[in-house]
Amino acid sequence: MVAGDWSRVRLHVVTGKGGTGKSTVAASLALALAAQGRQVLLCEVEGRQGIARMFDVDPLPYEERRIASGLRLNGRAPGVVHALHIDPESALLEYLAMYYKLGRAGRALDRFGVIEFATTIAPGVRDVLLTGKVYEAVQRNSRNKSAIQYDAVVLDAPPTGRIAQFLNVNDELAGLAKVGPIKSQADSVMTLFQSPRTAVHLVTVLEEMPVQETADGITELRRAGLPVGSVIVNQVRPHDISAHDLAAARSRQLDAERIEADLKEAGVDIGDELVAGLLAEAHDHAERRALEDSQRAVVAGLGLPTYELPRLPGGVDLGGLYELAGDLAEQVKR
Amino acid sequence: MKARTRVGPLAAAPGPVPAMDVDALIDDPGTGIIVCCGSGGVGKTTTSAALALRAAERGRKVVVLTIDPARRLAQSMGIEQLDNTPRPVTGLRTNGRGNRKGGSLDAMMLDMKRTFDEVVEGQATPEKAKQILENPFYIALSSSFAGTQEYMAMEKLGQIHAEAQRDGTYDLIVVDTPPSRSALDFLDAPERLSSFLDGRFIRLLLTPAKGPAKVMSAGFGLITNALTKILGAQVLRDMQTFVTAFDTLFGGFRQRAQRTFQLLQADGTAFLVVAAPEPDALREAAYFVERLGEDRMPLAGLIVNRATPEPRGTLSGDEAMAASARLRKRAPDSLTAGLLRLHADQTRTVEREALLRARFAAAHPQVPTAVVPALAGDVHDLAGLRQVGALLAEA
Repeated sequence: MVAGDWSRVRLHVVTGKGGTGKSTVAASLALALAAQGRQVLLCEVEGRQGIARMFDVDPLPYEERRIASGLRLNGRAPGVVHALHIDPESALLEYLAMYYKLGRAGRALDRFGVIEFATTIAPGVRDVLLTGKVYEAVQRNSRNKSAIQYDAVVLDAPPTGRIAQFLNVNDELAGLAKVGPIKSQADSVMTLFQSPRTAVHLVTVLEEMPVQETADGITELRRAGLPVGSVIVNQVRPHDISAHDLAAARSRQLDAERIEADLKEAGVDIGDELVAGLLAEAHDHAERRALEDSQRAVVAGLGLPTYELPRLPGGVDLGGLYELAGDLAEQVKR
Repeated sequence: MKARTRVGPLAAAPGPVPAMDVDALIDDPGTGIIVCCGSGGVGKTTTSAALALRAAERGRKVVVLTIDPARRLAQSMGIEQLDNTPRPVTGLRTNGRGNRKGGSLDAMMLDMKRTFDEVVEGQATPEKAKQILENPFYIALSSSFAGTQEYMAMEKLGQIHAEAQRDGTYDLIVVDTPPSRSALDFLDAPERLSSFLDGRFIRLLLTPAKGPAKVMSAGFGLITNALTKILGAQVLRDMQTFVTAFDTLFGGFRQRAQRTFQLLQADGTAFLVVAAPEPDALREAAYFVERLGEDRMPLAGLIVNRATPEPRGTLSGDEAMAASARLRKRAPDSLTAGLLRLHADQTRTVEREALLRARFAAAHPQVPTAVVPALAGDVHDLAGLRQVGALLAEA
């Protein structure tokens, strides 16, 4: 496992195929980064209010809200995680207010449905607005006085299949706006995204399709000149059975008598089915572990820093997020 | 999106969840369309393909319309190229002397842009179609407008259904829906597209082309100035050209959307909501079930994919954990301790999933449900699809 160097990274973009837990990983990453007094902003852009659900708070407005303390590491006081739910309409109105003194025209734009038009018709425009706000949070300037300065921003981004298109705002706009302020806004956003201050992390599980999609995503990101940070492998099965025993379990050659003796020794009531059940479970587990191992080799072949997070049998709650954050912090430090 | 009121069950006693009879559904000659919906990553594509294969091998003439299958699955079905035309799937199980039951399976991968282009070409004069197809706004709208894919899936469904009615090519169409963030996008897309095309701003852009409108013009001047300032004059010009050229087609689009919507409400249609036993996926499924009810669309049932299999024996998770700890104290790398830990994890996962399903059922009783256990590997051939089909039928 190669650890990546995140010391220069200000913007962490987290993507992943549906069902791989990218939002969970983004939230855990935010908690991990907010250790040791650092201020972190966690953003979501898909209108899902997933952050509010994970952290069990009211739905988030278009406003930075304090949602949690970061991870406590080595007994040092943690920092704070703020969260922001970015919707394109609010981002456009804020952008207009910040950069143009439109006055009456600004209100007319809304009244005539232009805001709705601009944010629905061209996904290019929509993505420029969403990424533009993320850019603003990373690169705070004098126009936004009294705003919090963050040490890191974590973006819970659209899924792997759409990530390169989403971040490559220049390209998306190229067909629509060739000059003008929207275009120059897209240019500055792009400069940040293509710099070493940005890292795109791809979340996957060790199954064939998500791993394939991750590989495709990396190719697309690289083609667009976007810096790929790491692959974060989520929902990894526990590794507390030795390779030798796994092989035996797969070929159904585990020693049933030995297991039965162990169970008796531990004072477990064996009943009719327990040993057979454990053997069947062991076989399934060994099959899945073998598939995981073959996919792990594929992930290793991608040549990126890779981190692994365990499958949480009880589901992901707030405690689970801190647990995953701890795992991440541990591996990144190495 | 409109706010929707949630209505709980009316004094329904929490009874057993009715089981879904998949074979009865696909064997019923009255079932003409099956739509598989659900949020992304729950196995919709695999479920649709497996149902289609099973129906075909049981004698139906089936076409499956998929959106974005895994590469190897697409290859095994012979649809790796995106040509927007159904292609026959070979390798159906036969009874020794060909498929005696007379079933067949075609498969197609949807090309959203091409479908959109074909609609434009079918409705406009060649010169006008060319003008539209080359406009930058049309290109943006047809390739990435949020909802275009959903809309085009419905458009294609309408086309195939009309052809099937006319030529008797198929008697069952299975539709996989796009991997959207929300299953609702599929039903909302036509409304979103037509409300967009009906939008005030579009009307406004059309106004100057249609003659004087003194009342609007003051506001319009204000707006064009603001937009020119922000977007640049060229963007505004492109927009206006696009809207003007497209105007005559709007009516046609709305009518087609309306027809497809009615097709979805018809008796021969069955919706299957696909979910995984995870809170997000089941929440989406719940929204979707409610929405189908409101829109009077026929719901056939819920499919919960990737369920953790029930462990055998009666040892509880806590007992297994405790016993595992005891064994580890004596022998840290005890195999039995590892097995007990696995058993405990599996038991806990099964309990959590059962609780999630029970909550869904409490709020939505009477939704027939099929629970499909997770397979150890990925599905990428007909044999795998057949296995999923059998699990669906047994569930």
